[in-house]
Amino acid sequence: MKENQVDIQTAAAQTATKQKNPLVQLIDRLYELFDNKKIRFIVLAAAVAVLLYLPMRTSMYFMEVMTNVWFYVVMCLGLNIIVGFAGLLSLGYAAFFAVGAYTTGILILHYGVNFWLTLPVSVLMAVIAGLAIGTPTLKLRSDYLAIVTLGFGEMTRLAARNLEITGRATGLVGISRPSIFGMTLYKINHFYYAFLLLAILAIFVSYRLQDSRIGRAWKCIREDEDAAEAMGINVVAIRLFAFVIGSVFGALAGSFMAVKMTAISPDSFLFTQSVMILLAVVLGGMGKIPGVILGAFAMVIFPEIFRGIGQYRMLIFGLLLLVLMIYRPQGLWPERSGGYSAKGKI
Amino acid sequence: MILDIKDLTLRFGGLTAVNKVSFGIEEGSIESLIGPNGAGKTSLFNCLTGFYKAQEGDILFQDQSVMRLKPHKITILGMARTFQNLRLFKNLTVMENIMSGMHCRTSSGLAGAVMRSPGQRAEEKRIREVATECMEFIGILDKKDMVAKNLPYGDQRRVEWARALATQPKLLLLDEPAAGLNYDEKMQLVELIRRIRDERKITVFLIEHDMGLVMKVSEKIFVIDYGTKIAEGTVQEVQNNPRVIEAYLGKEEEDAI
Repeated sequence: MKENQVDIQTAAAQTATKQKNPLVQLIDRLYELFDNKKIRFIVLAAAVAVLLYLPMRTSMYFMEVMTNVWFYVVMCLGLNIIVGFAGLLSLGYAAFFAVGAYTTGILILHYGVNFWLTLPVSVLMAVIAGLAIGTPTLKLRSDYLAIVTLGFGEMTRLAARNLEITGRATGLVGISRPSIFGMTLYKINHFYYAFLLLAILAIFVSYRLQDSRIGRAWKCIREDEDAAEAMGINVVAIRLFAFVIGSVFGALAGSFMAVKMTAISPDSFLFTQSVMILLAVVLGGMGKIPGVILGAFAMVIFPEIFRGIGQYRMLIFGLLLLVLMIYRPQGLWPERSGGYSAKGKI
Repeated sequence: MILDIKDLTLRFGGLTAVNKVSFGIEEGSIESLIGPNGAGKTSLFNCLTGFYKAQEGDILFQDQSVMRLKPHKITILGMARTFQNLRLFKNLTVMENIMSGMHCRTSSGLAGAVMRSPGQRAEEKRIREVATECMEFIGILDKKDMVAKNLPYGDQRRVEWARALATQPKLLLLDEPAAGLNYDEKMQLVELIRRIRDERKITVFLIEHDMGLVMKVSEKIFVIDYGTKIAEGTVQEVQNNPRVIEAYLGKEEEDAI
């Protein structure tokens, strides 16, 4: 009872302050504009055109950074399904990335399999990994789940470090480049396009899932697992599904990364990697797709811009994060003041 | 009998919350469960809906045992519930809250969602139609795009009822639906409970503290105290039952002051 009364009061207070803020009005106006299908189409088409044209004009360094951005967009959107949509705090996401990278690496290096044929295997392995982490943690909630996923991430890395087939501490070196229609992908621009397409696919799938029956079920278990169960939602299955889909995103990104780098080692999948991905998701705004994309951008671009100040850049990055989390815990991406549009999208 | 409870016993360690309770609920009726605070009403509700697993006895819903089923399976069979303390999906819109009720009546998965197949689109349309109809029935259609936590308390209650109706139940369990409502809202609730039964042919079983509401709406009342059933019968029978007066109604007077 008391809780509810407080809720109502804070809600009322929020609406009161929001009405006065011109910035909020501007954001609402932009959202309204974007609701118009034609405008949305034009803006998105222009954005894609610019992104496709970019490699013709810019430096190799810039392309390297942008490729990295798309790679992180895919990873962050994958983690967003687990953490943002389903509300399952995971600290071991790099493990899924490792599963994809190693699957592709091993198949190419040891068995001479064509890169494109390793992708379905990578997806299959990701499903197994998703179930492996999801099943024993079905009953766990937030903090406990975070600790178990952290353990899972470290286990995967240590296994890779010690197994013969994964090349122990050296990892896998000399993974051959993939080719498509007789053309070998080796330039940074090739991989820029590959990761851009992968990112667009990830964004598309994320949006479609968000507005679906499964996506709504994820949001329900994030909000209240018991109430979701009472509504006839199979919480166990829906949770597992989030892990599996999130895992597939990560593994696909990993597979492409393996052939881009041509070498992978256990050190690519450190705990800090999982944390950075989680950080980007939280920074941008959990559960908000454009926010997550923004988070991935910020996380890759920021350290690049401040490369000049050397090791202090991570210190500044950390401080900025701290300030942001205090003043904007919901992440960078702004919401419309009504909360949601008619269709329930952000 | 749509619901038949036989010798149901629930223990938490050494404490017996529900002790050999037996009763049945007639299909198409409105019946209530009353009892003093801590009598085990909500525990009993939680057993019926699968949230607690009773140690002994049996629960038959439409002649099928639901004792060992998970809550979502029970909902799928046609038993929906609301919660004593509101359990809305607070950050979702009213529409989304109510659409969640249709989850168990629909089936599209990953492929349907990504491809937006004709089947999936038809299903989405049906989900929206059912949700809209439920909101209209309860009278919250004008609030459909609001985020649930921003609604006044009475409306939040309504969202919970509409959400339960969206699961298309045969039996609706309401856990203290009148808690926190003002007089007008309570009168509307009486009306609503009757409409749910008469227009939608749903059997209603409620736990309630508000005696006025219980006496007005119930066709049959069960009384429990210390986990044991002490009386059952019509409003008059229960009102005149000395054990009930001793255990409950007398105490209620004191509480009122």
